[in-house]
Amino acid sequence: MGELTYRQAVAAGIAQEMERDETVVMLGEDIGSAGGVFKLTEGLIDRFGPERIRDTPISEQAIVGAAMGAAMTGLRPIAELMFSDFFAVSWDMVANQIAKTRYMTDGQVALPLVLRTANGAGLRFGAQHSQSVENWVMAIPGLKVVAPSTPADMKGLLAAAVRDDDPVIVCEHKALFAEKGEVPDGEHVVRLGEAAVLREGSDVTLVALAAMVPRALAAAERLSVDHGIDADVIDLRSLIPLDAQAILRSVAKTSRLFTVEENPRVGGWGAEIVSLVADEGFYSLDAPLVRITTPHIPLPSAAALEDLAVPSVDRIVETVTRRLDEAR
Amino acid sequence: MATATVAPAGLDRETGLTLYRLMQECRLLETRAQELFFEGLVRGTTHLGVGQEAVAAGFAVAMRPDDYTFCTYRGHNHNIARGVPLAPILAELFGRSTGLLGGKGGSMHLTSVEHGVLGSYAIVGAHLPIALGAAWSAQYRRSGQVAVCFFGDGTTNIGAFHEALNMAAVWKVPVVFVCENNQYMEYTPIGAVTAVARPAADRASAYGLDPIVVDGNDVEAVHAAATEAIGRARDGDGPSLIEAVTYRHGGHSRADPGKYRPDDEVAAWKARDPIPAYRARLEAAGVDASELDSIDEATRAKVAAAEEEARAAPEPTAEVLETQVWADGTSRWRN
Repeated sequence: MGELTYRQAVAAGIAQEMERDETVVMLGEDIGSAGGVFKLTEGLIDRFGPERIRDTPISEQAIVGAAMGAAMTGLRPIAELMFSDFFAVSWDMVANQIAKTRYMTDGQVALPLVLRTANGAGLRFGAQHSQSVENWVMAIPGLKVVAPSTPADMKGLLAAAVRDDDPVIVCEHKALFAEKGEVPDGEHVVRLGEAAVLREGSDVTLVALAAMVPRALAAAERLSVDHGIDADVIDLRSLIPLDAQAILRSVAKTSRLFTVEENPRVGGWGAEIVSLVADEGFYSLDAPLVRITTPHIPLPSAAALEDLAVPSVDRIVETVTRRLDEAR
Repeated sequence: MATATVAPAGLDRETGLTLYRLMQECRLLETRAQELFFEGLVRGTTHLGVGQEAVAAGFAVAMRPDDYTFCTYRGHNHNIARGVPLAPILAELFGRSTGLLGGKGGSMHLTSVEHGVLGSYAIVGAHLPIALGAAWSAQYRRSGQVAVCFFGDGTTNIGAFHEALNMAAVWKVPVVFVCENNQYMEYTPIGAVTAVARPAADRASAYGLDPIVVDGNDVEAVHAAATEAIGRARDGDGPSLIEAVTYRHGGHSRADPGKYRPDDEVAAWKARDPIPAYRARLEAAGVDASELDSIDEATRAKVAAAEEEARAAPEPTAEVLETQVWADGTSRWRN
C-alpha cells in the first residue's frame, strides 16, 4: 500500500490503463503540457506522448463526439470535461448520441468510453462551476455513473470504467482532490455497481456519495458518541449500475434510511433510492425515509452561503436526531 | 456551377454502370417507400433524398469497403449506396423485427456497421464531431481508413459544424465533410438564414480549407471530387469540405408537398434530374439503351422482392424491448 492524494489517484488510474492497453487514448482541454487545470493529468503527456494525450480546443461537443467516434471504431477514449457543469454544452452528445446509439442500432455498436469530469462544490466557484450534476447523467438510460470518495476507489473505479464496454461517467469531486488515502500497490480495479459499507451500525442507514461520504462518516461518529445512535454508512460509489441490494440489506437491519446528497433536491439520486426502499423495503421500515440534500437552488459562491447549501456534518447530525425523536 | 473546381472525369464502363444502378436503387426504393407511407405501411417519418442520389452514389463508389459513412436522417440513399440490402431497410421503415435495427431505430437511424455505415444521425450536426472521432481513430491506428460525413446545408449554421471542422483541421484527420446543399433548411431557403451565399464553401477558409463546390447532380463530377478528397485524406493531407449543390424533388419529410418552393424552380431542377441525365451520358458514350433498361428492370424486381420480404416479416415482440442498452445485451441498471 502507498499513500496517494485523490488527485494523484486520477493520473495513476489513467496511467495504469494506458500502460496495459494501447487503445486507451485521452482528449480534453489543457490536459497535455499544462497537466490539466486541476493538475489531474500531470506527467501523462511525458509518459505517453501527444498522440495519446491530446489537447483540444474549447469545444465540448467535439470532445465528447470525437470520443464517441473513436469508441465506435476500436479505441477506448477517455474524454475530460473540465467541469461537470459543461455537460450542458455537450448535452446532445451525452444524452442523445452516446447514451442511445447502442439501443437504436440494436447492438451494432459498443461505446467503450469514459467521460471524466470535475463535479461538486467546495471551491466557491459559483453556480456554473460547482454544481453536483450526477443526477443529470443518472437519469439517462445508457449511461453508467460512478462518483468515488477515496483515492483507492478513484483509481480502481476509473480503471474499471476504462475496461467497461459501455459509456461510463466518472464524477471526480473537486473538494476531495487534496485528500490522501492508502491505495493498493500494483494493478487495482474496483468493480462497477458495488457499494461499500464503510461503517456498521444497527440504528440508522446513511447512504452517501463522493464528498458526502466523509461527512456521513463524521456524522456517524458524532451520532454514536453524543447521541448513542449507531449508523450503517454506505458509500454508493456507483449510481448506475446501482447496488440496490446493499441498501435493502442495510435497511432490513436498521429500519431507518437517510440519504446524504449534494445534488439539488428535485430529482436527486436519493429520490430513486427512497422510492426503491419504499417499494421493496417498506415492511422493514420504522420511520419516514428522509433525504438530506442541497436545497433546490443554484449554488451560491460566497463561502458562508455555499457551506449552508451543501449538507454539512452538523446538518446530518441535527436531521437524524430530530427525525428519530419525531418518530419515537 | 460557376465556381466548380472539379470536372467530370470520364469513367470506365463498369464504374459508370455501377453508378447508374446505385442511383436507380436509391430512387426506386425511396419512391416506393413514399407510396407505402401513404398506404400506412411505413410508419413514423421519412426524409427522402429523391433528386440527391448522385451524391450518395458518387461518394460510395469512390470509397474503400472499410471506409466509414456518417449521414443524416435523410440517409436511405447513403445506406443503399454502401450496399446495405433493401429488405432490412424497408422492414425497418415498416417497424418489423427483421428491420436493419430490429425496429428500434427507424428511418432516421439506419446503420450497418458491416457495410461501413456508422450511423444516420437525427440531431442536426451531431455526427460531424463523431465522424471526426472515427477519423482520429483511423489516424491513431494507422489503418488508412477515411470517414465521409454527409450533412445538409442547414447544418452549416449549428455549433457542432464549427467545432468539428476546426478540430478536424487542427488534428489533420482523414475525414471528408460533404454538405449536400439542397437549397432548403427544412422549409426555409438556406439563403434566407445564412450570412454567405455558399453555406459550406464560403466557410472553408475559416478552417484553412479550400472552398470546393461540385455539381451534386452530376454523378461523375461527384465521383471525381470524392476520389480526390478521399485520396488526400488517405495520404495524410487532412480533411476536406465539399459543397455538393443539388435539390430535393419532394418536401422535407413525410407528406410535406414542398409548396413553399416556386414551381419554376422545382421544374428547372427536375429537368436536371441526375438519373436521366446520367443515362443520356452513358448512351452517348456507347452504352446500349437495352442494357440500361435491364438494369432498371432488375432494380424494380429487387425493390419488389424486398417489399414482399418486409411485408411478410413479423412485428418485434416484448422480449427485445429491454435488450441492447448495454454491451452485455441487457438493460440491467441495478441488482
